[in-house]
Amino acid sequence: MSLAAKDRRQAWGLLAPALVWTAAFFILPFFAMIALSFAHMEGREIVRGFDPGNYTRIFTDPVMLEALRNSLEITVVVTVISIVLAYPLAAIIAFRVPACWQRLALLLAVLPFWTSYVVRSYSWLLVLGQNGVVNKTLLGLGLIAEPLEIASTRAATVIGFVHFFVMLLTLTIYANLIQLSPNYARAAQDLGASRWQCFTHVILPLTLPGVITGAFLTFVLCIGDYITPQILGGNTELTLPQLIMLQLGRSGNFPLASALSVVLMAVVTLAYFASSRWLRLDRV
Amino acid sequence: MTANRLSATSLALLLTATPGLAQELNALVWCDHTDPALIEPFEEKFGVKVNLKEYEGTAAGLAILDQSQPGDWDVLVIDAVDVKRAVEAGHMAELPADKLATADFFPELVMAENNVIDGKTYAVSEKFGYNTISYDKTKVDPADMEDMAALTGGKYDGRIGIYDYYLPVLGLVALGQGTNTADITAENLPALRDPLMALRKASKQVSDVVSAQTALATGEVDIVVGGGEWLTAVLAAENPNLDWTIPKQGGLRWAQSIGVVAGSTQPDLALEFVNYITSPEGQARLATSSCYWGMPANAKAGDALTPEQKAVLRWDQQPDFLKRAQLYPIPDAALDTAMQDLWTEMLAQ
Repeated sequence: MSLAAKDRRQAWGLLAPALVWTAAFFILPFFAMIALSFAHMEGREIVRGFDPGNYTRIFTDPVMLEALRNSLEITVVVTVISIVLAYPLAAIIAFRVPACWQRLALLLAVLPFWTSYVVRSYSWLLVLGQNGVVNKTLLGLGLIAEPLEIASTRAATVIGFVHFFVMLLTLTIYANLIQLSPNYARAAQDLGASRWQCFTHVILPLTLPGVITGAFLTFVLCIGDYITPQILGGNTELTLPQLIMLQLGRSGNFPLASALSVVLMAVVTLAYFASSRWLRLDRV
Repeated sequence: MTANRLSATSLALLLTATPGLAQELNALVWCDHTDPALIEPFEEKFGVKVNLKEYEGTAAGLAILDQSQPGDWDVLVIDAVDVKRAVEAGHMAELPADKLATADFFPELVMAENNVIDGKTYAVSEKFGYNTISYDKTKVDPADMEDMAALTGGKYDGRIGIYDYYLPVLGLVALGQGTNTADITAENLPALRDPLMALRKASKQVSDVVSAQTALATGEVDIVVGGGEWLTAVLAAENPNLDWTIPKQGGLRWAQSIGVVAGSTQPDLALEFVNYITSPEGQARLATSSCYWGMPANAKAGDALTPEQKAVLRWDQQPDFLKRAQLYPIPDAALDTAMQDLWTEMLAQ
């Protein structure tokens, strides 16, 4: 046996556990889900076959289309706001905080990750409620005459999401910023660039992979999240994951839930291709 | 052969003698059964570990059973109106009627029409209550809460929460329109659309149990349609202003049943669990579970409840409440789908 053939066999041997794992827990369930999405319900029975009716319904039923639109709107708004807030925070930690304190600063930034996601969502509900901290503070300062309606609105959902994803984006952007040599900025300024020009023409393009990586992860996690819209949104509008849960928990309509999940995966895949040029998932 | 028999005997002795390998009972339940105060007395008496898995919605519970192997589950707690559905799916085992405590039950809670199918008993009622109107009596006029029409009259716009469960709320809307829950059909369901949407328009949110409790307790909403003692009783000690009533149009009675899962490898132990839950002691603990309170089906549980607990449960008013409350609608598959589509449309408004 040649050395190359032996190396190949060793490589396949090392890869085998990961391949088996992926095949068993992703590829097979994925194809099973696709197959189920073409089944339909007769009464409470699932009838397997090739019926595109679920997809037809998703793209013609106004309720389903609105859920898809709501999910996309919320996800895009959350992603943009999170980037705008996370970038300066990451920059401050990378460039302004002394190196010996940066680890602590990052630890503080991700501290909210340590609490349960559900508990955190319910906590936001209390903070944003009519008698919550936000309204009491604003009323106390005389800035408002009546409590603001924040809880059980889309704004509450966005706030809950942004709180979570700013932490994630801060990490990915910081990881990119910290690798930048200060010589790039010095060289740009030596050549006459203003601080703003230095940022827009040098720093930002070089840190785009970190931003896009964080944005992609935010997009994926946000569009598939069920808990935050359910708790903070007060069911005032439906998102795609809520619609999927309605099919599973109430109707037992697994074919339609599968079709909705396939559409959700298709949206995420499109987001991946749109951002793949800059994606550096190895930096996460 | 002898060696094999010795090995098997040794293994059996080891299993019974090792505390860490004690017998286990697997139960698919609602959250009120997860209260340690309810489960621990049974575990101690029988020296078993009860593994509890919560589920929400009958479809989800039946899906778990569909995907399980016979013997995976021993006990099932299910909406009383869905017992037939579980039996038809082959998930429930027949119970020995003569070994059940139904003779001590409130007569309305025997619910033979739900728990007995083709002359065979498959489940026994364990807890019940009402889906009506919960409210904060310091924020709303209690007299208004006696009439469902007040909810959409404009006075309480934006102060109402709706319990996120289509069967009881559609049932309440039907009662408001003068239709009994048992008379809801595919033909008259469209007539419920406008009043349901009007209720949605007047409401601030549609919430699950925890969110509805939180909203009422924090003043986010002042009224919860579909609420009842299960929503407010657990908060009564902290907030005595929370109350509930059955309006003049009537309310809905919810009831949950418990039974043994078909294929259980330990049906005797599972039956012991069912009998413990429906015993006066188990019933009192279940009625005051930390997840939500509700009336016990066994009338003798009154002896195990304190006067304060009975007051919160409105024990003395039960005869009147039972007369004025109707059971959940029991839709066939087609009507169920239509009701859920209407509910989804309401959520999307």
